[in-house]
Amino acid sequence: MSENEKRVGVYVCHCGHNIAGTVDVEHVAEWAYNLPNVIISRDNKFMCASTGQEQIEEDVKEFNLTHVVVASCSPHMHEKTFRNAVERSGLNPYLFEMANIREHASWVHPDDQDGATSKAKALVSAAVHRVLHHEELTPMQVEIRPEVLIVGGGVAGIQAALEVAEAGHHVYLVEREPSIGGHMAQLDKTFPTLDCSACILTPKMFDAGSHPNITLLTYAEVEQVDGYVGNFTVRVRKKAKMVHEDLCTGCGTCWEKCPKKVIDTVFESGLGYRKAIYRPFPQAVPKYPVIDVETCIYYDTGKCRACEKFCPTDAIDFEMQDEIVNLEVGNIIVATGYDLFDPRRIPQYGYGRHENVFTSMEFERLVNAAGPSDGRVVLRDGETTPQSVAIIHCVGSRDKNYNGHCSAICCMYSLKFAHLVKERTEAEVYNFYIDMRTIAKGYEEFYDRVLEEGAHFIRGKVSEITDATHASEEEGKLVVVAEDTLIGKQRRVPVDMVILAVAMEPRADAEEVAHRFGIGCGDTGFFTERHPKLDPVATVTEGVYIAGACQGPKDIPDAVAQGSAAAARVLSVISQREVALEPVRATIDEEHCSGCRICNTMCPYHAIDFIEADSVSRVNPALCKGCGTCVAACPSQVISGAHFTFDQLIAEIDGIMVDVNIDEPLVAAEMV
Amino acid sequence: MTKKTYAYYPGCSLQHGNHAYGVSTEAVARQLDIELVEIDDWNCCGATEYMSINRLPAYALIARNLARAANENGEHDLVVPCSACFLNLHKTDKQMKEFPEWSEKINRSLAAGNLQYEPGTIKVRHWLEAITTDFGSDNLKTRVKRPLYGLKLAPYYGCLVARPDSVFDSTEQPTVMDDMLAALGAEVTTDFSLKTFCCGGHMTQISEETALGMIHQIIHNAVQAGADAIVTLCPMCQLNLDVYQGYANNLFETDYEMPIMFFTQVIGLAMGLSPKELGVGQEFVSMQPAIKKIQDVPPPKPKSERRPKQALPMPVMPE
Amino acid sequence: MSENGTFKPVIVGFLCNWCSYRAADLAGTSRMGYPATLRDIRIMCTGRLDPTFVLRALEKGADGVLIMGCHPGQCHYQEGNYKAIRRFALLKRTLRQFGIEEERVQLHWASAAEGVEFAKTVAKMTEEITALGPLEWSRNWPNEDPHIYAEEAAHE
Repeated sequence: MSENEKRVGVYVCHCGHNIAGTVDVEHVAEWAYNLPNVIISRDNKFMCASTGQEQIEEDVKEFNLTHVVVASCSPHMHEKTFRNAVERSGLNPYLFEMANIREHASWVHPDDQDGATSKAKALVSAAVHRVLHHEELTPMQVEIRPEVLIVGGGVAGIQAALEVAEAGHHVYLVEREPSIGGHMAQLDKTFPTLDCSACILTPKMFDAGSHPNITLLTYAEVEQVDGYVGNFTVRVRKKAKMVHEDLCTGCGTCWEKCPKKVIDTVFESGLGYRKAIYRPFPQAVPKYPVIDVETCIYYDTGKCRACEKFCPTDAIDFEMQDEIVNLEVGNIIVATGYDLFDPRRIPQYGYGRHENVFTSMEFERLVNAAGPSDGRVVLRDGETTPQSVAIIHCVGSRDKNYNGHCSAICCMYSLKFAHLVKERTEAEVYNFYIDMRTIAKGYEEFYDRVLEEGAHFIRGKVSEITDATHASEEEGKLVVVAEDTLIGKQRRVPVDMVILAVAMEPRADAEEVAHRFGIGCGDTGFFTERHPKLDPVATVTEGVYIAGACQGPKDIPDAVAQGSAAAARVLSVISQREVALEPVRATIDEEHCSGCRICNTMCPYHAIDFIEADSVSRVNPALCKGCGTCVAACPSQVISGAHFTFDQLIAEIDGIMVDVNIDEPLVAAEMV
Repeated sequence: MTKKTYAYYPGCSLQHGNHAYGVSTEAVARQLDIELVEIDDWNCCGATEYMSINRLPAYALIARNLARAANENGEHDLVVPCSACFLNLHKTDKQMKEFPEWSEKINRSLAAGNLQYEPGTIKVRHWLEAITTDFGSDNLKTRVKRPLYGLKLAPYYGCLVARPDSVFDSTEQPTVMDDMLAALGAEVTTDFSLKTFCCGGHMTQISEETALGMIHQIIHNAVQAGADAIVTLCPMCQLNLDVYQGYANNLFETDYEMPIMFFTQVIGLAMGLSPKELGVGQEFVSMQPAIKKIQDVPPPKPKSERRPKQALPMPVMPE
Repeated sequence: MSENGTFKPVIVGFLCNWCSYRAADLAGTSRMGYPATLRDIRIMCTGRLDPTFVLRALEKGADGVLIMGCHPGQCHYQEGNYKAIRRFALLKRTLRQFGIEEERVQLHWASAAEGVEFAKTVAKMTEEITALGPLEWSRNWPNEDPHIYAEEAAHE
């Protein structure tokens, strides 16, 4: 097609008042006639509505348009919509370009109508200049592998695994700890229904462990992820458990005989003990123990081997090595959960110094009938029942020194604690809160119930928890100091026990994990969803979904809902059998390639091979992700990045620099 | 170890009320081969009140010292034993750095005395922080001639150096002095909770009862923690806890006799200096009973209290 | 130059698709105002940024160029932004030789969540470039033909 055969249609969207309220859209549309090859230019109330899309289809036919430009919102919003419209009109969908005059103009310059209009003109001009260089592109169709990888065996991961498995597809469920179950397995009761947490989770764990379509990879971590939607290659390291699962019966003789007792900082949250060879908890799935080589006497001194001696099935193998498993999967769900805030970071709360200051998870273990105190609410001496208990909300949450975010669950579990203390002891309970947030079904009713039960609520952030006493009634107690903001006075409340409602935080290695899976972390550190409202479980990487608290603080029903949602998304992709990949790929003009191999080292995906026979480099399109680093690096400028070619970007730069005040028609030739 | 030199701002209180702090500071400096070069013709830092009356003269007054120090000893850090002086000097430097318009105003005032100060030229440091950072507790340990065996000390930092601005140590739980005292062989109280609590400051002049309440709390807490003496790094704290201890006893009907020592006196004792050389004897509550507790041999290690069998483990604290 | 004679700079932005372009989107959806000086171009990754693009924008009359990518370590393509850092260092050396002030070409990071930072960066850069005044680079070229460089660069 020669230059003057190109016929461009320009559509400037009002987006109701969103754009037209700031940008003079009629003027922009009119002005666009000055731009090269523009045959028709219109403004429209809502381009994304069916009438707007149909307008494009009609015009392409009526005016024989060859290229289309829509000036409206962000391409992340509606690029797909308009490409489809262009395709329906009979053109290749890539002969289209979008100008973002809403997010990048009208919404950010509300007080500068002239500025916003000028900018809109520049962006439209850039798009027109660019689109003239667009070429027809065809998306690559690739098959979708039906296998699914789910990372994280908490309740969200388990839910997702069961949904996918039930639909008939194979799931690899990878869990870092020796058992699936996650944080939910540690809890005693769940709010607001006071269901026993283990009673409702254990059947699900069992189902996941025994489902023919689920392969559990516990005590394992994902090390590397390659490939793209439909065809991921995943490398998983299965840490050596030192126990042969095919021989072990889970009888328990080994941990009974093991002489090494260590504090269990994971399942018992530091409040109880386990052995060096251990099964995290009785309902663990799988039921087999692992040896913790960090604390095992044998790995320290070379002696002991008690577990081996007593094992009736010879399942212990001290020489066992880590195993690398390579998986081929089509989709991935990341459900890696959260960490709890470490209250040692707030020294004035005295956690670790004052023995009767507990974290919320310690208290969960304390009230759990299977926990270290058999469910008795006692002080750290293991026997004294507290006469008074303070529950401090927002420890590490809603505090700009630590985490700005609200952890969403603390108000509710604090209410649950208040209820449990009331139920099991005679103690007075004091809740120190900033705001009460009881926003889901049945939550406010539960708050009312706890109020009725006589728990005290003091609105104020606790400044310190101290053993330095003022008065005789404080002697031997912990004094909680806070300003009661409802009466405007400082209060000192002496109590026997303090529970810190610690924040939910992103996993310590969240950034590393995000990077491994090609997803992002937001400013709070949790994984970022593709759209906060409309696409909460997808990510910017096709084929990678997120579910549960790794996406942000949430309670069990929300985590379960996200697990199901992610599974539904994955199942929908699987049922399509094929997926179209963006044709944004690099290609090398082999005729002009000098074979310098600079690009080979640039590519982070090893997608460029050097062909010895021809002394040229060649891109493997299946591996190329289209970043364009090699394109910018090629000293001969013979690598072309489809849809982001040198000519396209230079034209876009020239177009964007058009002096927006000139009225004469511009000549394309003058610009390049 | 090579001789270390600092510019030195003694402040008013070391010259008068807290002579012992000044004497012991200089004695310890000699022992540690540290040269303290006093700023020529320094002036009062304005203490805590002046700042709230009129900020510009207050800052200019303080900046005059910074300017003099920078002129004479620009290459050396400026050490300050008094917490209030330290905070004021540090704050002024910071204010000038962060707000160029203030820097300009202050320098216009200084120009009247043919001085000027470029913020950041000189690093203002508290004497305790300088010793513990530059000299180091481990190094200090090697200089100990008479370890303070048998002496149980409560490290008291007061409120001024723990301000977030001063970047001294943890603002809530500072530990540099704890480590230093342990290095000298003393036993350090682990459960002295009021180590950064305010001593009342000049509240003694405004509402004596309030001040005595605060003073009494600190002493009471140290007594509960089993301390033989409180160790301080601030002349104001020493003054309040020492001079007003009797009044507090009268008000609260107690008979505490808690000596309040400067950390420099404690270092000096461990270096083998005589109490007299360290200004001991100028205090109201005698330090002698505490000093007499120092033994020649380390006390037997107290048997770690066995926790009852059913007790739950304590949280693991980071090293 | 606006009608009333006060100088309003034109800054050409090169934003990566994954972080900084989304930060700009977020600034929009959160209605964070910033000066209408930036005209942005989307590239997939700052690693795609051919230094020629920057020179082209300046030649065409831009008073400044703002390059923004994902934070180091968070590149969607693993390490494209590191490549950008290196190329930027070399580009700066060249710009210095051309006598172009350092502030005119800037490299910054913004994650997809940093709409505020994005808006602040644009505002700050606008202030800096306004203080410097117009660049009018190609107009000041001693060479009669302002297109010589561009033609070479366009590799025609």
